[in-house]
Amino acid sequence: MSGPSHLPELTEEELRRRNARSRALGWFLGALVILFFVVTIAKLGGNVLNRPI
Amino acid sequence: MTIAAELLDPASPAYDEERPTIAFGTARDYFELLKPRVMQLVIFTALVGMLASPEPINPILGFASLLAIAVGAGASGCLNMWYDASIDAMMARTSTRPIPAGAVKPNEALAFGMTLSFGSVLFLGLIANWQSAAFLAFTIFFYVVIYTMWLKHWTAQNIVIGGAAGAFPPMIGYMAVTGDVSLESFLYFLLILVWTPPHFWALALVKSNEYARAGVPMLPVVAGPDATRLQILIYSLALIPVGMAPALISHAGWIYLTVATAFGVVLAYFAYDLYRKREGDEGRKAAFRLFGTSIIYLFALFGARLVEQLLPFIPWSLMK
Repeated sequence: MSGPSHLPELTEEELRRRNARSRALGWFLGALVILFFVVTIAKLGGNVLNRPI
Repeated sequence: MTIAAELLDPASPAYDEERPTIAFGTARDYFELLKPRVMQLVIFTALVGMLASPEPINPILGFASLLAIAVGAGASGCLNMWYDASIDAMMARTSTRPIPAGAVKPNEALAFGMTLSFGSVLFLGLIANWQSAAFLAFTIFFYVVIYTMWLKHWTAQNIVIGGAAGAFPPMIGYMAVTGDVSLESFLYFLLILVWTPPHFWALALVKSNEYARAGVPMLPVVAGPDATRLQILIYSLALIPVGMAPALISHAGWIYLTVATAFGVVLAYFAYDLYRKREGDEGRKAAFRLFGTSIIYLFALFGARLVEQLLPFIPWSLMK
């Protein structure tokens, strides 16, 4: 489904800045995922192996 | 005028009322909202507070806790910029900040600051403990509501009381590791609290006209430059014993004591120099010299303590 776009035609500068912002946000979210994973493992510590197999 | 400001300024030829405005800030603009220089100081002092703990620290959890404290401090800086955007626009020193420059809209800054505030507190609570998370939340509240919204616009003692917000990080760092506070972490709080007035007033002396125009009752505006110089001298003299206290009545060692004594005397000398030189360019230079020295002072003291704290971890046996 496609309708009329309400977004303005972006200038080149606006496009460049939006792309840069999106890239930075992507890196930030990626770093957050890694941080949460590493912190979870650190919190679990030795207990990560202490479970019935 | 920046491109962003041109698009948002109704007086500019580039302005179009019909055109919906979109976010214009770069990642750097958002980073600037976090007051990175203040964040550096927070990271540094919180790290010293953490390492003052007698308990071992998991390096990963320690790093993550430090990150949470730094982001919490940055979030409070962002909310400060959101609330004070109109004042910032009136002062040369702050007029290039992202909001007055038109790069970030006030509502975007508010959302960014609130998200980071809640996120950092929640994260610190989950990885460290809820005592330190509550302390971080209180610090953000203190800086944004008590200082920015109330004290700053109400009393000339604004930064004396408000300085507590910037002084809490060593205690939060210690609490993130132990769940408690200690005498040493409290003494670092006291050190930053007493250091804040001479540091800020030295700058306020030079910028008093801008503060007056913006309606901010800084001490030089309300009490005059001479009274401010006297207050700066009194606080700088008080800072000598307060700076030495962590070594004299707590666990800091002789490296810290030597640095605290030497830099304390130097800072007091520059405060005296500012007290004597009241006129013209000389007075202005003396104020800037004291402002710069005060920054070096704090980094030197916490740096000395950090060196002492890290010495036991150096594998001396491998160096033989």
